[in-house]
Amino acid sequence: MTTRIDTRFAALKAEGRAALVTFVMAGDPDHATSLEIIKALPKAGADLIEIGMPFTDPMADGPAIQAAGLRALAGGETLHSTIDLVRAFRDGDTDTPIILMGYFNPIYIYGVETFLKDAKDAGIDGLIVVDCPPEEDDELCKPALNAGLNFIRLATPTTDEKRLPKVLSNTSGFVYYVSIAGITGAATPDFGKVATAVARIKTHTHLPVAVGFGVKTASDAAAIAKGADGVVVGSALVNTVLKSLDADGKATAKTVSAVTALVSEIAAGVRAVKK
Amino acid sequence: MTIQQTLNSFRTGPDETGHFGNFGGRFVAETLMPLILDLEKAYTDAKADPAFHAELASFHTHYVGRPSPLYFAERLTEHVGGAKIYLKRDELNHTGAHKINNVLGQILLARRMGKTRIIAETGAGQHGVATATACARFGLKCVVYMGAVDVERQKPNVFRMRMLGAEIVPVVSGSKTLKDAMNEALRDWVSNVEDTFYCIGTSAGPHPYPMMVRDFQSIIGKEAREQMLEREGRLPDSLVACIGGGSNAIGLFHPFLDDPSVQIYGVEAAGHGVASGAHAASLNGGRPGVLHGNRTYLLMDADGQIAEAHSISAGLDYPGIGPEHAWLHDTGRVTYLSTTDSEALEAFQLLSKLEGIIPALEPAHAIARAVEIAATKPKDHLMIVNLCGRGDKDIFSVAEHLGGME
Repeated sequence: MTTRIDTRFAALKAEGRAALVTFVMAGDPDHATSLEIIKALPKAGADLIEIGMPFTDPMADGPAIQAAGLRALAGGETLHSTIDLVRAFRDGDTDTPIILMGYFNPIYIYGVETFLKDAKDAGIDGLIVVDCPPEEDDELCKPALNAGLNFIRLATPTTDEKRLPKVLSNTSGFVYYVSIAGITGAATPDFGKVATAVARIKTHTHLPVAVGFGVKTASDAAAIAKGADGVVVGSALVNTVLKSLDADGKATAKTVSAVTALVSEIAAGVRAVKK
Repeated sequence: MTIQQTLNSFRTGPDETGHFGNFGGRFVAETLMPLILDLEKAYTDAKADPAFHAELASFHTHYVGRPSPLYFAERLTEHVGGAKIYLKRDELNHTGAHKINNVLGQILLARRMGKTRIIAETGAGQHGVATATACARFGLKCVVYMGAVDVERQKPNVFRMRMLGAEIVPVVSGSKTLKDAMNEALRDWVSNVEDTFYCIGTSAGPHPYPMMVRDFQSIIGKEAREQMLEREGRLPDSLVACIGGGSNAIGLFHPFLDDPSVQIYGVEAAGHGVASGAHAASLNGGRPGVLHGNRTYLLMDADGQIAEAHSISAGLDYPGIGPEHAWLHDTGRVTYLSTTDSEALEAFQLLSKLEGIIPALEPAHAIARAVEIAATKPKDHLMIVNLCGRGDKDIFSVAEHLGGME
């Protein structure tokens, strides 16, 4: 089965460049504005879109994404409305892959089978669920694969050679390499070490490898794009949303354009690297 | 229930994947997965090593002051006029609570693993104090995460931890209480994977923590069993303990789980009442979900967002419970009750006045239900209540509630 994610990575490979994967939080700062942001991302240069599912207790996220999730929850965003968000996006875009990223509890409470069916129907292509490691594959990973969704796994600096095959089993779409042992939005990674790690992962899999955590600027993105098949930018975009808000935390006329401006800049960095 | 009838033992869990029935597991980020696998291996090795047990036993005797007494609460018993009430006095331990039992086990394990930096989360501050104490004793760097709200309401313990050389990090994310302190400790661990050992304070978190913490706390139940056999020539008829995450309770309960004659009661914090929504009773007022590495009963909304717990006792103010308790609840082996803030305050005063023992607000929750249950039992019924902490840390907040400061 070929998914939108497979098709997109194959097309970019043929084009000779890496993918830009952008992360924004569903419902941040409010549902309508986040839909506008997501709709504007492909034109700004995003090749794949990750949408954060807000959660009260995001244990692998730094302050920026924690705060974005709480803004979204304060605005009434739920997992149901996040699925609606993707359905609305699909009205105008049937090609850009959409991946939901977050934590297991809201999905578990929604009901795994119902969630997978609703997600697939809405046009969601893949899932990244931070607190579902291979040891818990029966919970969500295998049902998701059976439902025709990609289940994208995180590999990290602590995933050694012995463990890597386990992490790469039951996975599809792409592999998300976490560039640092740390939380989202933390220190800038050592690009040399990242390139070595990506090369190591590629000896174990034919899947594309995207790299995220700590990528903030066009030059960071370009440095990563040399060795990886994709570059993920998240906290930098979420911080841009925050900076655009008014004193009451509401969206302003600048919110969408500030995000697309940064995405365009980073996309230029990624596209400048020919492979 | 059918599960209970088909089980040969309640004491064999968890299974090799860390599950107690459907509860428990290892729901953590990939960065941490290799670390908890290492920890599991190190703990399995230590558990099989007599030298590890000998070292721990020596510290129990000479540093903690174990065994803790099993004390016949004569005046409380007379007052109630029912069951014979014994108190397992873990509040007499060094640092004033049962927390040190677990911390010493984990710190000795951290030393075996060559870890040099210890992190911990704390609510009331008792686990933080115990961890800071053990770190001082072994010359280890100690960082304690504590919700900013708890830093404010547990000032004496914050000062104690600083005296012991620990760094206190007030957590300002989320609801600024214990669950957020645990999130922040997990974030620290993800970021410091080489040298850091995460010393979890309760029988929750990803496998192997619920099992390991239970094993270290089971000294309470093992001693209580021997002491009761020596004093009365038979097993107790009932056990009562308070539950936040549930480490003191599982420590007392576990050695008795396969004795069907022993009735076992856990007591959750009902705050302003389970019906009010402002409580910390995960079993009586929550449902199964996944948080902090394990599946267990949690307080949450319809969307699966974790709710804020409420209890007068900072040590019980957590929206979850250890997975083994979730399983014991579902199998029906243990009965889980709850106590409100005001009932706990009454029990706090009752024990102080009748026995000259000021309990922590946490075990005051157990005392409140124990007194009620004991009143319905005959005089030859033997009851053990776990007095898991002393009330020195709570006197200021209790005084505020009772108006006794003037």
